[in-house]
Amino acid sequence: MRKINTQAIEETVYALALKAGVNITPSCLNAMKSAYEKETGEACAFALKTLIDNSEIARNGQLPVCQDTGMAVVIAEIGQEVYLEGKPLSTAINNAVKRAYSDGYFRKSVCDPITRANTADNTPAVIHTEITEGDRIKLTFMPKGFGSENMSRLYMLKPAQGVEGIIDAITQTVKLAGSRPCPPVYVGAGIGGTFDSCAFLAKKALTRDIGEHNPRKEIEQIERLALERINALNIGCQGFHGATTALGVSCEWAPTHIAGLPVAVNIQCHCVRCEKEII
Amino acid sequence: MIKITLPLGKDCASGLKAGDSVLISGTILTARDCAHKRICAMLDKGEPLPFELKDAVIYYAGPCPAKPGRVSGSCGPTTSARMDSFAPRLLDCGLGAIIGKGEMSEEVGQALIRNRAVYFAGIGGAGALYADSIVSSECIAFPDLLSEAVYRLEVKDFPAVVATDCHGGSIY
Repeated sequence: MRKINTQAIEETVYALALKAGVNITPSCLNAMKSAYEKETGEACAFALKTLIDNSEIARNGQLPVCQDTGMAVVIAEIGQEVYLEGKPLSTAINNAVKRAYSDGYFRKSVCDPITRANTADNTPAVIHTEITEGDRIKLTFMPKGFGSENMSRLYMLKPAQGVEGIIDAITQTVKLAGSRPCPPVYVGAGIGGTFDSCAFLAKKALTRDIGEHNPRKEIEQIERLALERINALNIGCQGFHGATTALGVSCEWAPTHIAGLPVAVNIQCHCVRCEKEII
Repeated sequence: MIKITLPLGKDCASGLKAGDSVLISGTILTARDCAHKRICAMLDKGEPLPFELKDAVIYYAGPCPAKPGRVSGSCGPTTSARMDSFAPRLLDCGLGAIIGKGEMSEEVGQALIRNRAVYFAGIGGAGALYADSIVSSECIAFPDLLSEAVYRLEVKDFPAVVATDCHGGSIY
């Protein structure tokens, strides 16, 4: 049994949040650079160049890379040999979010769904916990902007629709989103599970580096084929019509019921922000 | 790259075509979801607005707070389609241009033609770069809405693309 005080979790989440707000991931920056190099459309090339410059301005000035510093999504994978002591885990994480969004001069974007009154400190965070093996805690911090979150969808397909249906669902989600979610997008898809767990798989897929494929061959093939189909849509950067509509497609899967084939598609804009640490 | 100094003016608006790259300088007002709801509620009640709509330019944006020593925090455009239901009414009240990102509805396109106004697309996600083009920033209405309040921004060489022109042309 390893004791970890939740104060250590608060400090780690605080540092991850500050870093995530001002940096896109290295795999995202690389994908944007290769998209720029192969882009022939003038407006798309201009937009891609602007975005690459923007990421540098943000990093150098320690400014939020996008003003939508998102809802704070935290995934805590907690080894079952860890004994947590101190304040409750959710309090530690929400404290970290409050402090980071204030100290980082990040936008507070969380509000009541009915009155729309802003909570003024960007809490509560969306916290997912998973119990895993071992005596470590893996913390993932993803600020999720809503221009892209709004364009996400969930399909309850018929089993007969199979792999073709899955690829159609992923492609159709990006097509219907069009220029609105700030393409080029990063697409996370959940395949299988139940209505709720499928959506989480889609979110979790977005925590993978762009270009890192699912180890299961059939799933990797879906990722590759869906990316091809999406980039043939010619939506392009910002919807200005060009070669790159998506930077990548990542899928996670789980067994499902004999009667169903859930597919959740979570859209992430080109500002892929995701920081991780193991304590 | 076409340099534009605001107010836009109807002749300048008529000369712009979808796809043109522009650098905008002058005064713009931020407003997004909640501010639009309030503006339209005030118009419904016949109350005076806290700013002039005629020839104004509304920027669909909600900035980050400014760090000490800086004029503005990151301030890129938000998705325009969420303002589809408000935009025609404001254009009919004399709004000269909109700045946002992503396609807008056919009704907005018709209102642009009818009022000889222009919809510019900023580069969505370039918040830090846009902060550098803001020369001054002042909250002029609805401060309780925090980042959704109305800010009057002076911008210099703000990069954008003509998304929908006043002749029915669209980049999307």
